[in-house]
Amino acid sequence: MFYREAGDFKTSYRADSQTFPIRLDRMGYFAALAVAYGVVPFVIDDYWANAVFVPFLIYAIAAIGLNILVGYAGQVSLGTGGFMAVGAYAVYKLMTAFPEVPIFLHVILAGGITACVGVLFGLPSLRIKGFYLAVATLAAQFFLVWLFNKVPWFYNYSASGQITAPDRTMFGIFITGAQTSAAAKYLFCLVILTLVALMARNLTRGTVGRKWMAIRDMDIAAEIIGVNPLSAKVTAFAVSSFFIGIAGALLFSVYLGAAEVGEAFGINKSFLVLFMVIIGGLGSIFGSFAGAAFLVLLPVFLKNVLVGGLGWPTDVAAHLELMIVGALIVVFLIVEPHGLAQIWRIAKEKLRLWPFPH
Amino acid sequence: MKKSFAALAAAAMLATTGPALADLTVPNLSYRTGSYAANGIPYADGFADYFTLLNERDGGIGGEKVAVPECETAYNTEKGVECYESTKGQAALAYNPLSTGITYQLIPKVTADKHVLYTPGYGRTSAANGAVFEWVFNYPANYWDGASVAVKYMMAEQGGDLTGKKITLLYHNSAYGKEPIRTLAELAKKHGFTLTLLPVDPPGQEQKSQWLQIRREKPDYVIMYGWGVMNQVAIQEAVNIKFPMDHMMGIWWSGSENDVGPAGAGANGYKSISFHGVGAEYPIYADLKKHVFDAGKAAGAGDQLGTVLYSRGMYAAMIISEAIRTAQEKTGKAAVTPEEVRDGFESLNLTEARLTDLGLPGFAQPIAASCADHGGPGTAMILQWDASAKKWSAVSEWIAADAEVLDPLIAEDSAAFAKESGIAERCK
Repeated sequence: MFYREAGDFKTSYRADSQTFPIRLDRMGYFAALAVAYGVVPFVIDDYWANAVFVPFLIYAIAAIGLNILVGYAGQVSLGTGGFMAVGAYAVYKLMTAFPEVPIFLHVILAGGITACVGVLFGLPSLRIKGFYLAVATLAAQFFLVWLFNKVPWFYNYSASGQITAPDRTMFGIFITGAQTSAAAKYLFCLVILTLVALMARNLTRGTVGRKWMAIRDMDIAAEIIGVNPLSAKVTAFAVSSFFIGIAGALLFSVYLGAAEVGEAFGINKSFLVLFMVIIGGLGSIFGSFAGAAFLVLLPVFLKNVLVGGLGWPTDVAAHLELMIVGALIVVFLIVEPHGLAQIWRIAKEKLRLWPFPH
Repeated sequence: MKKSFAALAAAAMLATTGPALADLTVPNLSYRTGSYAANGIPYADGFADYFTLLNERDGGIGGEKVAVPECETAYNTEKGVECYESTKGQAALAYNPLSTGITYQLIPKVTADKHVLYTPGYGRTSAANGAVFEWVFNYPANYWDGASVAVKYMMAEQGGDLTGKKITLLYHNSAYGKEPIRTLAELAKKHGFTLTLLPVDPPGQEQKSQWLQIRREKPDYVIMYGWGVMNQVAIQEAVNIKFPMDHMMGIWWSGSENDVGPAGAGANGYKSISFHGVGAEYPIYADLKKHVFDAGKAAGAGDQLGTVLYSRGMYAAMIISEAIRTAQEKTGKAAVTPEEVRDGFESLNLTEARLTDLGLPGFAQPIAASCADHGGPGTAMILQWDASAKKWSAVSEWIAADAEVLDPLIAEDSAAFAKESGIAERCK
């Protein structure tokens, strides 16, 4: 009744191929952007920024990055944590070596460096597939963590091997360091996420994305119809690592402020982002958001309900939280193996027919 | 009309002053889950029980009750951030996260938000320099003191000479485990022993290759900087290769009942460093039993009484409460602010007599903090495990760290931090 294509006429090719062809979708998208940019920054406080919004935005970037590789190009990767570490250490080295350059450039450059590393570790994907590729990327994860632990140059020879983000500003406003306001952190991550999401959405709708999907669906057939597997796979690794590197750089510099490679970028991080992608929905930008929201917000929500609301002991709550999140993951995967994005799609399909289903 | 307005105003005043009237807040950033839970639980229990005792027996500190909201970090830095943010609004007086990783993250945050970070025996060693780290305190001893005390003890055992001896450092491959490397390297130069570094990747269930190397190289001593399951595995592996237990020494975080228990009789003779006494013989335990345990108000399962880590949690709580008391005496009011508590930490003077009053005679070394000295005396003693009696007992007097080696290192590291974050030195 409210949600339908009927009556929504397009008079140009441009209008016909826009990102959100249905008017209600488009309005929802602009409303979300308006709230995110126009309302949230004015009401956000430190707790909401640091416990909820900033981690959600950063993990959404990482999930979009991994989704390009796993969901669109079909190349399994368990090296996300390692690539995030590359982004974090790259931004750290850049921040300390060139303090006068705006932090935004450093974050983008860190993404670029990660893209190069990602391509390097993506090269084996030309010869190996599936589980074997997963193992190769797992090797990347362990190698990179080992490297950042082993070579003191990466952490500027500090006594403990910790990297600490120095205070950096943009237009005179603190973006990293302890004096950063909640709104500045949030807006900085939001702007980058918006750019990343737009870029990802348009890449996946264009030639590059179609090549990735062709490779994913059947690589031999794709090759026969003229898709070059080398360029398709290498671009997938490059773009994916670029986004993941940005996420790692933000995680370290804006969110945590100090990090230690084994703890912040261990194998657990790889699995966490992979779960986000799987739960959210493979091959869907919306799914990346939904998956990140699910795995970032649910534990915080449960903690606040169980400890803050019901006053339970923290250890009982922490164990219950693990059990509830775990059970929900299993339930979701049984009920809807294509993730939250598919649930959203079905809901929209139902809405189109409502209130008169066949 | 006027009357009702006054009543409304009064009600509004009451409503706004309500939270301020409430207690002194000391959050307990603990971990009772995850790979480090076995060590986190006794510490958190000791910390909470001491404040419960103060509330039940004395009605709090200076008549103000102490609230100890607990927040689970699982030794994870991201959860640590969440816990810090969720508690800092309650005018938290001091943070004690029991994690070097979380400490590094909180140092810039507490400095900007003006909260005290108290990290006894862990965290960033150079925070001992109060001239640079205004809001961080790590007395009575730090990782570098620990390393120096261990080497001094070994030197005494070897008749005052370590030349040509081999010492192996087995460490948790994290910020925490890497801390003593610099000190030990300096000490190796000074005393002429060779130092071998063996990192163990956390959590540390797998140490076969490290112990194979120890077996091959046959070092004279093994110093361990481990935490959580790594300790138990290392001690078990040492027993397996028949390494002489009295030549293996853990830092204070590698010397609890949980760590030596699994190796059974084989762990007999294992040594560890400690900056406080252990055991349930102190007079305070009579009060704890009466007011906390028998009243059913103990934190956790209530079965950790007198263990090493329980004592250490209690130690941290005792210091924080004494700092709050000092702040109350200085300002003359009971409801102190975080800034005043910082001053209390800085002018803390904990004497032997005061420890006796607290029911903890001889439990720890006296502390006289100052503006520049946030690191305390830096003394520690050596404990040894008796597997048949299941008891730790002291085998040395208090040993002072080698200030000649440590002071320049602390000055160097804190100067680097000051430069990095643009801090001007205080206390001049």
